[in-house]
Amino acid sequence: MTEMRYEAPTTLDDAVALLADSKGSTTVLAGGTDVLVQIHMDLIEPDLIVDIKNIKELTAIKKEKGGYRFGAAVSGVELMDHEDFCQTWPGVMDGVKLIGSIQVKGRASVGGNVCNASPAADSVPALIAAGATATIVGPKGKREIPVEEIATGPGQTSLKDGELVVSFFLPNSPAGSGGAYQRFTPRTEMDIAVVGVGINLTLGDDGVCSAAKVALGAVAEKVLVVEEAAAALVGTQVDEAALDNLAAAASAACRPIDDKRGTKEYRIKVAGVLARRVALIALERAQGGQK
Amino acid sequence: MGMKPSPFGTQIPYEEKDLKVVGTNPTARPDAVDKVTGKARYAADINVPGQLIGKVLRSPHAHARIKSIDTSAAEKLQGVKAVITCDDFPDMPVLHAAAGEMIVNFRDVTRTMMAREKALFDGHPVAAVAATSESIAKAALKLIKVDYEVLPHVIDVVEAMQPDAPLLNEEQFTKGVEPAPEKPSNIAARMTSKLGDIEEGFKNADLIVEREFNTKAAHQGYIEPHASLAIYTEGGNAEVWTSTQGHFLIRAQLAKVLEMDVSRVKVTPAELGGGFGGKNSIYLEPLAIVLSKNSGRPVKMVMTRDEVFRASGPTSGTNIIIKIGVTKDGRITAAQAILNYQSGCFPGSSLPLCTPTVFTRYDIENVLVIGNDVVCNRPKVAAYRAPGAPMIAFGVETVMDEIAEELKIDPIEIRLTNAAKEGTQTHFGPKLGPIGYIETLEAAKVHDHLKAPLEPNQGRGIATGFWATLGMETSATLNVNQDGTASFIYGTVDVAGGMRAAYSQIVAEELGIPFENVRAIQSDTSSLGFNFTTAGSRGTAAGSMAAVKASRDAITRMCEVAARIWEVEPDQVVWEDGHARPASANVGDFEPLSIAEIAMKAGFFGGTIAGHAEINVTGGGPGFGTHLIDVEVDRETGAVKVLRYTIIQDAGKAVFPEYVKAQFHGAAVQGIGMALNEEYIYDENGIMENPGFLDYRVPVASDVPYIDTQIVEVPNPNHPYGIRGVGEVPIIPPLAAISNAIYDAVGIRMRDHPMSPPKVLAALDEAAPAAAAE
Repeated sequence: MTEMRYEAPTTLDDAVALLADSKGSTTVLAGGTDVLVQIHMDLIEPDLIVDIKNIKELTAIKKEKGGYRFGAAVSGVELMDHEDFCQTWPGVMDGVKLIGSIQVKGRASVGGNVCNASPAADSVPALIAAGATATIVGPKGKREIPVEEIATGPGQTSLKDGELVVSFFLPNSPAGSGGAYQRFTPRTEMDIAVVGVGINLTLGDDGVCSAAKVALGAVAEKVLVVEEAAAALVGTQVDEAALDNLAAAASAACRPIDDKRGTKEYRIKVAGVLARRVALIALERAQGGQK
Repeated sequence: MGMKPSPFGTQIPYEEKDLKVVGTNPTARPDAVDKVTGKARYAADINVPGQLIGKVLRSPHAHARIKSIDTSAAEKLQGVKAVITCDDFPDMPVLHAAAGEMIVNFRDVTRTMMAREKALFDGHPVAAVAATSESIAKAALKLIKVDYEVLPHVIDVVEAMQPDAPLLNEEQFTKGVEPAPEKPSNIAARMTSKLGDIEEGFKNADLIVEREFNTKAAHQGYIEPHASLAIYTEGGNAEVWTSTQGHFLIRAQLAKVLEMDVSRVKVTPAELGGGFGGKNSIYLEPLAIVLSKNSGRPVKMVMTRDEVFRASGPTSGTNIIIKIGVTKDGRITAAQAILNYQSGCFPGSSLPLCTPTVFTRYDIENVLVIGNDVVCNRPKVAAYRAPGAPMIAFGVETVMDEIAEELKIDPIEIRLTNAAKEGTQTHFGPKLGPIGYIETLEAAKVHDHLKAPLEPNQGRGIATGFWATLGMETSATLNVNQDGTASFIYGTVDVAGGMRAAYSQIVAEELGIPFENVRAIQSDTSSLGFNFTTAGSRGTAAGSMAAVKASRDAITRMCEVAARIWEVEPDQVVWEDGHARPASANVGDFEPLSIAEIAMKAGFFGGTIAGHAEINVTGGGPGFGTHLIDVEVDRETGAVKVLRYTIIQDAGKAVFPEYVKAQFHGAAVQGIGMALNEEYIYDENGIMENPGFLDYRVPVASDVPYIDTQIVEVPNPNHPYGIRGVGEVPIIPPLAAISNAIYDAVGIRMRDHPMSPPKVLAALDEAAPAAAAE
């Protein structure tokens, strides 16, 4: 029997070296709320586990010029306890707060949520709608990509061998911006999104929507950025007609599957319903001066 | 029901008296501290030196002939100490026995624990290994080669009943059909329950409503997975620690399938983390014993959640057709039910139990119930809290609601018009004794719940339930300790319903000593005579009868000791307030002797004091309940939120009222889960798709509202404290009550379970054009 190897590097260089040099199957461990479950369910049998929680770049939350940066291994509860971050990014926090239970959020990280690459991950549509980018390091150095470019399909990412997500950057949004995320689940908590919708929008002084981004979760192989849905809002006062167009565009963009968590038909319909509800929350936040 | 009551049973008449302990809520719950501090020992917490870990290889097919099993590579893996298949167990003939509320057949029991000719469901055990570590055991499973011939499978009950359906057992001919069929069928048996003349009854009806209902299989959902530890010694004795509701039944089943003397098997029930009917059958226990026998080491086995879902429980999925005829004033003239029940891979659904419950809330002259017990490629069903009854109530109570609406009669009034009461003839045989059904309906009528305002898209539903209380074999010993405290050794497993507290209350009441001075201790199978399992709501009802009898037996012994001390005759001594006293002034001037004084001197004056009960309890009091539910329906997503919930139930006598309310709460929560989201989902290959709590959605705390409870007490005349069973009745009404509330909220009748958001939304969409057309 071969033994599982566990490493907990303290620098990015060491982490990258471990990942790049690994011969067998390798798993990055942050909070472990997906990884440990997958190991227990025999879905993965890693030869090497690289625990990234001891690397300082991965565990910091800091305000930078032009935006907020937080480490990929920062736990949900650490974000929830960061008052300024929560006030600045209520839409992102809508998503983070829906991940698992309080106990799970005490461990689970946004980086893990993104890299687990579930189309139903709750933090992802919210991050994408907020225009978040991810900093990735690997054997060939550093690169910065939009969050929507990380997951490519269920359990699949664009990360190359030896690469890992270090942090997320949320660029400051203009005054009059607001964001929100909601999901539909049969249970009130401890559930996986049947549909998730993240929307950020910006209002001009005249109350007309000048920019919007709409991201849909759990309705395709990965989180979808729906340009048509955003376009339905831009140039409007987010009135009934605009919301109808948004809902129709959101439903039209869905390409879900029938599975144990919901039928195609149901997901398509509820995507529109949720898009409308989320847009109204984002609107209220934009009008209230929150982002 | 199901099992025939013994004509030699024990009943002790109800006597009304002032109570000091029974009916109170002692603050010191005997099991609470150990449970909340994590010190209570469940089966998976028990370890012994040198133990191996056992794991089970399970069929990945819903239906397959097992052509061969090659275990040689697994046996060679370092660390593997034993590998077993069906060849390590004797085949069993057809032989029926009671297991909890259900009947088992040992031919099928041995095939359920380890597949023989065929694998009959996804998750069916085909081999097991014991190794020095879990990872080695898992690696060994992968080395076992099973040659399967995959066969067509059938999952749905209606499909399984079709003449061209894939057959699970080519030798099975439907029982209960005349003339005997010549072709084999998945319908194992047809059962009928009749009263009066059904056709005449429907002729006399002014309104007849007939509806079809479908329900999916639901799991008991106990938090504790099955776990067992077994030691087989070279002396030929087996000792087992396991998670069970009935260690004596487990012992009996083990002795049978392993062809051992009952006396050579000792079973100790660990603290139980929920069973709800699902822990009355052997699963891991026989495998662990044989692995231990073959390896010479103790073997521990714990199921994963995936295994629990795929291979234990669940309750039947059903197809039910209910037809009720009424006069214009709402009087039922005839009622008919066709019950098609999945029994899983072998016959034996809960039909024999629930067939009698179909219409027993109502006084009806003409009744016909036909039940079909149907095998399909699913795990063999197990009892689940009022087995099979919630689905029937889903049908009957929603049809009653529809009739009430049609006739413009209040739903409580129509139930009162037809309510069963003392003297009502049941369709399963006996006439009912004193019962509290009407009392629960009358209490509902004046309950504040009915005054709560309802907003748009909110609705209110009512439904009622009935379940009988089992008696059966019950043994107990009461040891009076040297310091005057008492140890009550019970054999009816405390299924976490507060039974050990209730037993202590009864003993304290009988002996006249404080509650804190009594400790109720769970027996193993060696310390008491046979006890039937904790099932059929019998735990407190039957166990307390044994507690009364053992207490009174000990009191007789203590009076004898006092008589010897005082040098008088035993009949000159009486027991009052925890003391032996002279029966009258004529006996002599003696200071009363306390239980402690007697206990201290008992050794010299005749020997240690103990009281015994070895009885078959009969005369269980049927329980009735009425539920009121308010829901809100989200018309855009189909989500149903339960807003308000009230349970009114006759408990006969609530020994520990807080525990009784907890039974109401727990059952209602299970009922809400079953109603709204819980279901077994299979893919096209017959593989279960949601074997985990993420996708098998039991409710979480935020899904459940505050549940108000009201205990009605109409004493059971055959029990000294008037106790009725309480645990099962409250899971019966929720499906129907929620369905009725959804109708009240948004005008759709949900007859397909679960009433999950996609189904509710589809029903709303279907109704919308119709409503618009009107």
